[in-house]
Amino acid sequence: MKTVSVEEAVAMIPKGASVMVGGFMGVGTPERLLDEIVRQNKTGLTLISNDAAIPGKGVGKLFEAGLVSRLTATHIGLNPKAQQQMLTNQIAVDLIPQGTFAERIRAGGCGLGGVLTPTGVGTLVAEGKRQIEVDGKPFLLETALRAQFALVHAFLADYLGNLAYALTSRNFNPVMAMAADTVIVTAENIVPVGVIAPDHVMTPAPLVDYLIANG
Amino acid sequence: MDAQTIIARRVAKELHSGDLVNLGIGIPTLVANYVSADLKVFFQSENGLIGTGPIPEQGMAHPLLTDAGGRPISALPGASTFDSAMSFGLIRGGHVDVTVLGGLQVDAHGHLANWMIPGKMVPGMGGAMDLVSGAKRVIVAMQHAAKGKSKIVRKCNLPLSSARPVNMVVTDMAVIVFPDGKAPLLETAPGVSVSEIIAVTDAELVIPDDVGEMQI
Repeated sequence: MKTVSVEEAVAMIPKGASVMVGGFMGVGTPERLLDEIVRQNKTGLTLISNDAAIPGKGVGKLFEAGLVSRLTATHIGLNPKAQQQMLTNQIAVDLIPQGTFAERIRAGGCGLGGVLTPTGVGTLVAEGKRQIEVDGKPFLLETALRAQFALVHAFLADYLGNLAYALTSRNFNPVMAMAADTVIVTAENIVPVGVIAPDHVMTPAPLVDYLIANG
Repeated sequence: MDAQTIIARRVAKELHSGDLVNLGIGIPTLVANYVSADLKVFFQSENGLIGTGPIPEQGMAHPLLTDAGGRPISALPGASTFDSAMSFGLIRGGHVDVTVLGGLQVDAHGHLANWMIPGKMVPGMGGAMDLVSGAKRVIVAMQHAAKGKSKIVRKCNLPLSSARPVNMVVTDMAVIVFPDGKAPLLETAPGVSVSEIIAVTDAELVIPDDVGEMQI
């Protein structure tokens, strides 16, 4: 794990990169990294994020700045800007069930080719997907999802990069920290090693590549 | 009593001590207001919490503690938090005893459509499809009709949320269940007659000899 400034971290992300961003309606989202992505004008991003948040918050900022060209998400109904960009085909949007979203990312981080889920069988979600029967029950094959970068927000990070999350800000952060080539973390509190007890570490340090230093 | 209150009060009767329950947005959210305090019901918020509590008092909201719509909530003693893979493992894995969801249409076989209106409303399904596919019991809480059109239909013409039928629909007029692909009328709302329900319902209901009245 290396400690870097937010400017240095974002400079590593090329335009057109695939980026997973943790958070749920902007809760548990690395806001400082998103602000810097907007400042450095990283266009053409493939964004993988649960939702589009709301304008001005979380990944919502990326839509206002026109930086997203592809989006995989589960719900974008609370961000009119993202809706409008989808309806005018400015961004290609893949909307998928939330449990499937979590499991595809988990599979991507765990060396699995995908998962079999009953969710979506017999609906529009099943179109173009393989249906596989196990013990007489139908499942959809949902393939693994990975990205070049995962942008993660923790409540606590220690000097080694062990992470702990708070309350409902954990959401997709731990699975995304497993599923990208490069993992960049912001934390509300950077604390000495040992403050997070081993039993309370939720993302072990070796998964973290870069921790953003306090500004 | 207004339509939403009738629905929420009746649905609340379906929850039992020890149940793990997930409430959707809209009318379903109101159900928690009518669950007796001595019932130990666990409410899940799919963004990663079991043990959701009421909106915190002024000045007590925490930015990292919200419901699935991003609104501040509190957590009750005994609450637990977890990540989204766990949260949907609970949902798909049959650990959620009851989910209460809103609906756009429910058909005579119990199929639910509640996530999109092609060309008009395409917000994404969020957690709805996983909830309908995985919860032990699925209860739909919705108005019987909207703009004069029955929301109980012969066959959904909106995209389905799941191939699995729901267990029960509670409306401001009726309680309908869906055993074996049929739709028996279980109860009528106070002051509503069976013939009124048949008249406004655009689907064939099975009418048993003894239709009960909603106890709300």
